[in-house]
Amino acid sequence: MFDDIRAEARKLLRRPAIWTLLAVALTLSLIFTYIVPYAGYAGGTSGPTADRGLAAMLPDQLVGNAIGGLPVFLGALMLILGVLTVGSEYAWGTWKTVLTQDPSRVRVYAAKLVVALLAALAGVLAVFAAGAAASALIASGESAPLDWPAAGDVLVGIGAGWLIAAMWTVLGALLAVALRGVALPVGLGLVWLLAVQSLLSLIAAPLLDWVAQVQKGLPGPNAGSLVAALGGGTDTPGVEAVVGGGQATLVIAAYVIAFAALGGATLRRRDIL
Amino acid sequence: MTNPVVTQRLTKRYGSLTAVDALDLEVRAGEVYGFLGPNGAGKTTTLRMLLGLIKPTSGEVRLFGVPPGRPGHLARVGSLVEGPAFYPYLSGSDNLKAMARHARVGAGRIALVLDQVDLTGRARDRYASYSLGMKQRLGVAAALLKDPRLVVLDEPTNGLDPAGMADMRLLVRRLGAAGCTVLLSSHLMTEVQELCDRVGVISRGRLVAESTVAELRGDRTLRIVADPLEAAAGTARDLIGADAVSVRDGGLDLNVAPGRAPEINAALVRAGIAVHELTARERSLEQAFFDLTAPDPASTPPPPLTGLKTEQNYV
Repeated sequence: MFDDIRAEARKLLRRPAIWTLLAVALTLSLIFTYIVPYAGYAGGTSGPTADRGLAAMLPDQLVGNAIGGLPVFLGALMLILGVLTVGSEYAWGTWKTVLTQDPSRVRVYAAKLVVALLAALAGVLAVFAAGAAASALIASGESAPLDWPAAGDVLVGIGAGWLIAAMWTVLGALLAVALRGVALPVGLGLVWLLAVQSLLSLIAAPLLDWVAQVQKGLPGPNAGSLVAALGGGTDTPGVEAVVGGGQATLVIAAYVIAFAALGGATLRRRDIL
Repeated sequence: MTNPVVTQRLTKRYGSLTAVDALDLEVRAGEVYGFLGPNGAGKTTTLRMLLGLIKPTSGEVRLFGVPPGRPGHLARVGSLVEGPAFYPYLSGSDNLKAMARHARVGAGRIALVLDQVDLTGRARDRYASYSLGMKQRLGVAAALLKDPRLVVLDEPTNGLDPAGMADMRLLVRRLGAAGCTVLLSSHLMTEVQELCDRVGVISRGRLVAESTVAELRGDRTLRIVADPLEAAAGTARDLIGADAVSVRDGGLDLNVAPGRAPEINAALVRAGIAVHELTARERSLEQAFFDLTAPDPASTPPPPLTGLKTEQNYV
């Protein structure tokens, strides 16, 4: 399988769209976590996060800030990563070229997931690094203390961020296999992630108790709960302590395994048209 | 020795549509086998089932005795089915490197196959910038990566210019000469006629004929235009038998070996008959194909005016 992983790594690393995704992830993360709040703080304007002020942007808040975007907008980018990794094989008709070289379908799919998950980890690390740099810059500029979180907390944060990123990436891969393409999986995935989750959380759950209960088992609310448990600001979209951090970790891990297994089984069973 | 390709009652249904219907196919080691059929006859579906890309509804497939899904099913099988497909942002060379990794083939093969398809000079260019013919050649290069003992080629000359088509035919000949078995699906009758040892014709999912090209084209015949025609028919009947002579379109069709043309010509002249035309004819592969695959006699296309028909004039 190592050869398949190397083949998939070559395809992913040489693909411009993947680097675009990373650039967008870093840009959005910096803009909404540091640049806009700092501009508001510096200008003295009021807003939804103004009460957190400078303290929310300092290095000791790195973990919560770095993974705060994963329940929604960074999660959406991770979903696109998963779709592109698998769905492009349908879009370009390259499954037949790959599979007639005699690797098993499951082996290639597993190699794709390994590479996509490593890319997701790289994305999470990059967001942490960019966040660290931005918070250090702000702290230095404001003569605030450079208190970094404990190494253990950072590692837990990176692990949690990777777990959430993995869930969205593998969901993207599953949607790509199920819908055999790129456009529809991206479209439906984003509708779920950006619209349906918010509607359920903001409109349906407060009105209907059973929706509130179902929320406790859905991917987004569990991702938000895990982020909240690790210090993510609850004023960040999608971050809310619906369940405890331990339960959220187990639920997300279960989703990763279930999405991966379902995608592999579907790919193995269906015809390559 | 196990035949490279064996299918037994291979069937694929999509709902009520039967794409391939109880197909028994056998391709022998070392032969170039032509797989013919009109559009929608089930050729590509069959090839995809052979390669394990789609699963049969029923029946069996074996390549070198190994069924799809088992390890090594395609270990020594190269293929190009329904056109080439590669990653547009990678170069030709990088595409082959990725495929070589999946195939567990050493990087040394890449330069070799690129050279075989005459693509070395453009190997570093992005696939997206390739012409259709270059894409097709890269597809063939990928099919050759594993140094295959069986090559499955589906319309390999699609998109190629005449020189490219000639190169492709040369490549198929070389593969055949090197002992590689080739399963060639093509619409080009000249290509099949020229390259293939045996031919299978599929129509509406069923194998309607399987034989050598010569057998498929049938016996050669003689065509005579003479005056008076009835007297010529009588002389011919006396010479070769009444069943072998038919009067049609102002001439005689004689179902007899063309080698007897001088003898028949001499008999007609001795009988005082003016022989205006004496021609050896054989059915073209294209005509045989139409005869085998036409939905009904009324819709059979007219015979070609020129081209494939082999004619030798004796008069």
